[in-house]
Amino acid sequence: MSKKILDIRELKREFQMGSETVRALKGISFEVEAGEFVTIMGSSGSGKTTLLNILGCLDKPSIGDYFLDGVDVKKLSRDELAQLRNRKIGFVFQAYNLLPRTSALENVELPLLYNREISVSERRDRAIHALEAVKLAERLDHTPSQLSGGQQQRVAIARALVNEPVMILADEATGNLDSRTSYEIMSLMQELNSQQGKTIVFVTHEPDIASFSSRTIQLRDGRIQKDTRNTDQRSAKEVLAGLPITDDY
Amino acid sequence: MNFFNLIRIAYKALQRNKLRAFLTMLGIIIGVASVIAMVAIGQGSKQSIHDQLSSMGSNMITVLPSSNLNGGVRIAGSSFQTLTQKDIVALKKAQYITELSPSITSKGQAINGALNWPTTIQGVSPDYLDIRKLSLKDGIAFTEDDILTSAKVCLIGQTVIDNLFPNGENPIGKVIRFNKIPFQIIGILNPKGQNAFGQDQDDILIAPYTTIQKRILATIYYQNIYASAASEQVTDAAVSEMTQILRDSHRLRDSEDNDFTVRTQAELINTLSSTSGLLTVLLTVIAGISLVIGGIGIMNIMYVSVTERTREIGLRMSIGARGKDIMLQFLMEAILISITGGIIGVVLGIVSSNLVTLTLSWPTIVSESSVLLSFVVCAITGIFFGYYPAQKAARLDPIEALRYE
Repeated sequence: MSKKILDIRELKREFQMGSETVRALKGISFEVEAGEFVTIMGSSGSGKTTLLNILGCLDKPSIGDYFLDGVDVKKLSRDELAQLRNRKIGFVFQAYNLLPRTSALENVELPLLYNREISVSERRDRAIHALEAVKLAERLDHTPSQLSGGQQQRVAIARALVNEPVMILADEATGNLDSRTSYEIMSLMQELNSQQGKTIVFVTHEPDIASFSSRTIQLRDGRIQKDTRNTDQRSAKEVLAGLPITDDY
Repeated sequence: MNFFNLIRIAYKALQRNKLRAFLTMLGIIIGVASVIAMVAIGQGSKQSIHDQLSSMGSNMITVLPSSNLNGGVRIAGSSFQTLTQKDIVALKKAQYITELSPSITSKGQAINGALNWPTTIQGVSPDYLDIRKLSLKDGIAFTEDDILTSAKVCLIGQTVIDNLFPNGENPIGKVIRFNKIPFQIIGILNPKGQNAFGQDQDDILIAPYTTIQKRILATIYYQNIYASAASEQVTDAAVSEMTQILRDSHRLRDSEDNDFTVRTQAELINTLSSTSGLLTVLLTVIAGISLVIGGIGIMNIMYVSVTERTREIGLRMSIGARGKDIMLQFLMEAILISITGGIIGVVLGIVSSNLVTLTLSWPTIVSESSVLLSFVVCAITGIFFGYYPAQKAARLDPIEALRYE
């Protein structure tokens, strides 16, 4: 259980904006082990987005090392990074980013299309399985416009699960949802974390959401301000049950 | 990502915006359809000219007397008298020639009772019918015996029949007069219609050449000699052989010009074909331009599509698509549009060619090469005009693309 999924050492990231150098990350080190549910918090300008891009292998650090599941990201080319994302990371975005006019099943199949080792029938089976895991087994043929926001985000989570990544990387995944639906999503995340042992890194600025995770990393001005284990992890399921039932959808 | 997946992804993307895909295709459809139809019309007219000339006998060789210096004065060929029986005898030994006929014509009035008609009588040998690919609808042809006896018999063309026998009676066995000489009609020629120059080929009487020479024109010269080369391929060899034989027969010294001209149908066919070939090229160029315009339409839409789908591209990249995969996807979309447009265009082109034949009765030939060519051009158009938008898509930064509004 103590396998290191993320291993970040003295990570720095600088951007050249004209003649000025913007130092977004000023030296960050932390490790995430398999099965952890980490939230990364911070106000805007704290370097949260930059860190997320690097964690998601969309960007590379200027200085410092980043090992994702033992792979040194720094040495990889653009195409190799794409392949790494395909095999090891499942993204969940704030705006869902589902393909319009495309069924839930096909949206979930999408990452597998870029994995040439997976056959057509296996692709379909795994997509159906992933949709079952997010409790959307009856909505396979629905297009995003026929689904509610929460359902769309669940399709997106299924898409993140389908390639069996080592880490689910969520970027403000509840940012577009009302609190009830947010709790539903968090409940699903907790379930995936506890029952299936999925490692989850969840970027958010809401302390309420962070309280559902097992660990919170607080960023401020490009440095880690606080890295705390959450001893008092709340259960989203219970919170959900405690909510007054006002609207019945 | 394998090829099948690629097609699937591109097809799905196009399916999401069917109307736009179709409108983009329209340029290609019209371009290809017009290429196919234009080339078909061009080829059709070329072929019909060729056929018409071939129906006169494509391996036919004509010898004409030609002008020659005569004391410093050039004299018109037609009034020159150089071709005689001696030449025919000499030419009979030629190995590349299978059939041979002298020809002599006279204009005059053909008379049947109270009816008369100005026409031409042509004196030839029995070989002439084969050389010119003439056939008889009824009756028989004259023979070598008729030549020897200068028999007063003739074959009659449809136009002359129409004018001398307007009531539909059978002309065979009837006697008509031509310049006061009575001729018995022994055969009726199958109608050939107009030739490529608009001359009525059925306004004619054909008789033994000896009859014309002795009974009408009182001359020993021929106006032409017709011959058939053994095949179309040996026509050139036959021409040089004939030229040599005639030079020997006319006792021309090496320094002297030919006093005759040997012509083949091939020259005429080439001249007329090249004219219609030029027409084909012009039509094809115009159609080709419309294909290019169709291609620019594809490029335009692909650029719009790349911009519009920036977030989709960002998403695909974030879930593992390499720049190459994105590039191939957009390229494949462009190719799918152009190839599908090409297929529809080919079908439409063939249909419209047939419609032209049906309604305007212009001959059209849809050649395989034009179908193949427009197909290849379509694929190239798709690749060429799809390349730059696809490259633009492939070079997007996934981080920026994901945040694109």
